[in-house]
Amino acid sequence: MSTSICRLRVNGESRECAVTPGTTLLEALRYGLGLTGSKQGCDKGDCGACTVVMDGAPVLSCISLALACEGREVVTIEGLAREGRPHPLQDAFDVTGGAQCGFCTPGILMSAWALLEREPRPTRREIAQALSGNLCRCTGYTKIFEAVELASRRMSEAAAAEGAR
Amino acid sequence: MPNDDRLTPPVWPEGRTLPPGGAFSTIGRRNRKIEGLAKVTGRAMYADDLTLPRMLHGKLKRSIHAHARIRSIDASEALEMPGVHAVITGRDLPTRYGIIPWTEDEQALCENKVGYVGDAIAAVAADSELIAEEALKRIRVDYEVLPAVADIDTAFAHPEWKVNETSKDGNISKQVFLEFGDVERALAASDATVECEYWYEGSTHTPIEPHCCLAEFDATGFLTVWSSTQVAHYLHRDLAKVLGLPTQRVRVIQPVVGGAFGGKSESFSLEFCASKLSMITGRPVKILYTREEVFYAHRGRHPMRLRYRTGVRRDGTLTGVDAKIAIDGGAYSSFGLVTTYYSGQLLTAPYDLGTYRFDSTRVFTNKPCCGPKRGHGSVQPRFAFECQLDKLAEKIGMDPIELRRRNTMRANSRTVNGMRVTSNGFPQCLDAVERCSGWGEKFRRMPYGRGVGVAGSMYISGTNYCIYPNEMPQSAVQLKLDRSGRATVFCGISDIGQGAESVLAYIVCEELGLELRDVRVVAADTDLTPVDLGSYSSRETFMCGNACLDAARKLRREIAATLAGAWGCETSQVTLAGGVACSTRDPEREHMSVKEAFQRTEARVGTLGSVGWYQSPKLGGDYRGGTIGASPAYSFTAHVAEVECDVETGFVEVKKIWIAHDCGRALNPVSVEGQMEGSAYMGFAEALMEAQVFKPAATHHGPGLHHGPSLLDYRIPTSLDTPELESLIIESVDPEGPYGAKEAGEGPLHPSVPAIANAIYDALGIRCDRLPFDPPAVLRLLRAGDARARWQAARSQAARGEPARAGRSC
Repeated sequence: MSTSICRLRVNGESRECAVTPGTTLLEALRYGLGLTGSKQGCDKGDCGACTVVMDGAPVLSCISLALACEGREVVTIEGLAREGRPHPLQDAFDVTGGAQCGFCTPGILMSAWALLEREPRPTRREIAQALSGNLCRCTGYTKIFEAVELASRRMSEAAAAEGAR
Repeated sequence: MPNDDRLTPPVWPEGRTLPPGGAFSTIGRRNRKIEGLAKVTGRAMYADDLTLPRMLHGKLKRSIHAHARIRSIDASEALEMPGVHAVITGRDLPTRYGIIPWTEDEQALCENKVGYVGDAIAAVAADSELIAEEALKRIRVDYEVLPAVADIDTAFAHPEWKVNETSKDGNISKQVFLEFGDVERALAASDATVECEYWYEGSTHTPIEPHCCLAEFDATGFLTVWSSTQVAHYLHRDLAKVLGLPTQRVRVIQPVVGGAFGGKSESFSLEFCASKLSMITGRPVKILYTREEVFYAHRGRHPMRLRYRTGVRRDGTLTGVDAKIAIDGGAYSSFGLVTTYYSGQLLTAPYDLGTYRFDSTRVFTNKPCCGPKRGHGSVQPRFAFECQLDKLAEKIGMDPIELRRRNTMRANSRTVNGMRVTSNGFPQCLDAVERCSGWGEKFRRMPYGRGVGVAGSMYISGTNYCIYPNEMPQSAVQLKLDRSGRATVFCGISDIGQGAESVLAYIVCEELGLELRDVRVVAADTDLTPVDLGSYSSRETFMCGNACLDAARKLRREIAATLAGAWGCETSQVTLAGGVACSTRDPEREHMSVKEAFQRTEARVGTLGSVGWYQSPKLGGDYRGGTIGASPAYSFTAHVAEVECDVETGFVEVKKIWIAHDCGRALNPVSVEGQMEGSAYMGFAEALMEAQVFKPAATHHGPGLHHGPSLLDYRIPTSLDTPELESLIIESVDPEGPYGAKEAGEGPLHPSVPAIANAIYDALGIRCDRLPFDPPAVLRLLRAGDARARWQAARSQAARGEPARAGRSC
C-alpha cells in the first residue's frame, strides 16, 4: 500500500503524518503524532477506549480511516486541558475515583465531554446512555456517573458566576 | 533461617492500628490517587504507549486445533519475506515454566503438542505488525490431530486422551480430599438437609488493556522487559529461567497497567517471545495481543460442577457440609493446585459449619487454561453454598438473614479447618444490608416478578505464604527522605488500578506529616524496588502497607527525637501533619516545616533512609494443605440484591445491590467503594451475562473455538446494564493490618451471584442453580414446573412463619 501524507486538525493544531490508505485514525494519532492518550482496547469498535471527538460528536478512532478524517476537527484527551490545567471533567474524575486502571478513561472522558457540550445538565439516565459505547471493567460505572454529575454541577456554577459578573 | 527478631514485627507504642499523633490526618480521608491526574489527562504510560528506537513488532502463530501433535514446522517462506527479522519456535525456548513450582507444564511456544485452539507455536519479529501477521500465514505447521477433551465428563471418561503430558493420572490435574469432623453423623442428626447440584460457568477477566510487552536486550547482555503484568517478581524469575539468563541480568518494569483482575498474574508467551526475539535480533521487540488473543490467553474463572449436602437443626444451627466439586481447568496447571484447595478451604467462614468435608478434582481439558480471577477458586463454591443456605432457611421457616446471623462465627476464633480469624465485622455487614435495603418490607412481600435475596462471604487479605517456599519477606519498602522535603517510597508493589501505590503514599503522609504531592512512589521495577510478590490474593494493602508503616515509623521516630531534643519536650508531644512539625504543648512557638525537620534530623543522624518489611506469622491448619487458605486477616461481605423479572421473556433486571464490606479500616473510602462497586458489578456480570464457552466441532472448524472472542459477542455490562450499587463500608479495625486495614478488592464480588439467585427465587419461585441466569435459562426454569405455585407457597409459609412442607427442594 502506498504511503501518503495525511493532514489532520487535532486539538486545534494542523498536523501531518505519513499514512497508508488502511491506517486508522487511532494509529495515526498514537503512532504518527505521538498522542498516546487514546487507547486501543479491541481495535474493532467494540470497547470505546479509542473514542475521540470529531466535529462535536464522539467517534471510534480505531474504525475510522485517517485519510477520511482530513478537514475534520478532532479533539483527543490531550486536547481537553487548557493552559496546563485539567478540564473540570478531568478533575471531577480524579476527585470521585472515576478512573481506576484508567485505560477506558480517555474514551469515557471524550464521550462525557461531547455530552456536556451538547447538554450541560444531563440526567443520570442521559449520562448512562451517552457512555453506553464505552466499556469500563473496573468501576461498575457508579463513580463515573458521579464524576460527570460533579463536573456538570461545577461547570454550571462556574458559568452562572461568570454570567453574574 | 531468619532469627526471631526479624520475624517479629516492630511493636509501636501507639499501636499498629492507630495514628502516631492521636488523630488521623490523611488516613480515612477521601483523597485523590497519586496517579489520578496522569490518567485523566492521557499522560499515564501503559506498555503499548512505549516505543523504542529500532523497535520491531512481534506476533504469535497460534494453533487452529484443540489437541494435536506437531509433526513439523516450516518457517522458511516467512523468513524470506522482506521486513521479517526472526522466527522462533518451541526449540528456541525449551525450558518449561509455570507459576506453581510443582506444576511447571508450559512452554512459551509448543514444541511437540498443542493443548487448545490458540496455543502458541511460533513467533515472528518484523518491521511492522502487518508484516509480522503476513509472515504468520506463511509458517506451515504439520499437525496430527488428536481427539479433544471438551469438558469435565470427557476428561474423566477418556483418560487415554491425555491433554497434559505431565499429568500422572489420565486427565487429573489435582485432587484434594479433606474432612473436618464426622460429617455423615452430623448430617444424619440434622432436622433438615438439602442436597443440590450447581453449575458455575467459566468467565474471563476482560481487562480493557490487552496484554502487551516490550523487551530490549542490550549490547551488554542485559534484558529489560516492560510488561502489563501484576507479578513483576515472578515474571523476573521465570524470564531468567526460560531464557537461560542470570536473574541479576534481567530487569522487569511494570508500567501503568490497564486492568488485570487476576488475568495478568503469571507469565505469558508474549513476554518470553519478545525477549527471545530481542536477544536474537539485537533490537527492541514489542508484542501486543489482539483482543481475540486475550480471550485465548484467559486464565479466568474455572467452570465448576458442585454438589452440596448441607444440614441444619431446627434452631438454625448448621450441622455439616459435604461438598463434591469437579473443576474444568483447561490445558495447563496455572494456579490449579491452589484453585483446587481454595474451592474447599475458603468456605469455612463467616459461618461455623459444624463439620465439613470436601472432595475437589481439577481436570485438564483442551481449552484455554483457567486460573485466578478476582475471588480465585472461592466465588464458585460460595455461590452454591449461599444458595444452599437460602434453601435451608426456607425448609426450617427462618428468615435467611437470621439463619446467617445465628451461624456467624465470633471474632478471634478458629474455623473448622483450622484458620485463625481475628477481626470479624460480618454481623455489622448483615445489619447494614438488612437495614438499607428495606429487607423487612420486601422479602417474600413483593408482587410476583420482584424479589430480594441475601448472601454473605469472606476472603483472604493476602495468602499467607509465597508461591515458592522461602524465608524472605513477602513485601518490603525502602523509604528515602530528601532534604528538599520530599519522600520517595521504593516498593515492588503492583498497582493495577486499585490504588495500591497511593496507599503507600497515604501511609507516608500520615506518619511524616507530608502533603500527598510531596511523596513519590517508585513501584514494581525489579532493578529499583525491593521485592513485593505482586498484586494477587488481595495482599497489597495489608502486606505492603504494613512494610511501609514500619519503614515510615522508623524515620518518624528519628525526626520526633530530633525535634523533642530541640524543643526540650517529649517525643510523644511531637506532631507532624500537613507539611508542618510542631509540639502539642506549645505549637505557637515550637513549630517548623517538615522540610526543616528533615534537615535537622539529617544533620543529627546522617542520611535519612529506612526499610520495612512484612512477613506473615505462621498460620494454618496442622495437616497437608493446611497452609492454603491461611491469611493474616479475613474480610467479610454481605449483599442484598433486588431484582425485577419479566415473566414473558425471562429477562432479569437487577435493580440494585447493597454491598456491605468489612475492610478493617478504609484507608481511602473512595478507593474502597471503588473496589466494592467494581466487584459487585463483576459478580452481577457473571450471574447474568458472561460465559467463556467454546464450540463443538462443526463443518468448517474443529472443536474448541471460542464462542465469541470479542467485546461485542462476549457481553460485559455497559453503563446501561449495570444495576445501582450502594457501598456500605464496615470497619472492624484488624489488630494486625496497617491502621487496621484488610482487603477490599476481591471479597465484595462473592455474594453478588448467590444474592441475585436468591432474589430470583423470591421473585419467581425458581431456583437458578446454573450460571448464567440469562433469559433462555430463566424461561426454561419457569416452564419446567409450576413456579407460581412454589412462589405462592414460599410467601404463605413466610407469612405463617413455619417450616416448608417436605418435598423436593432443588
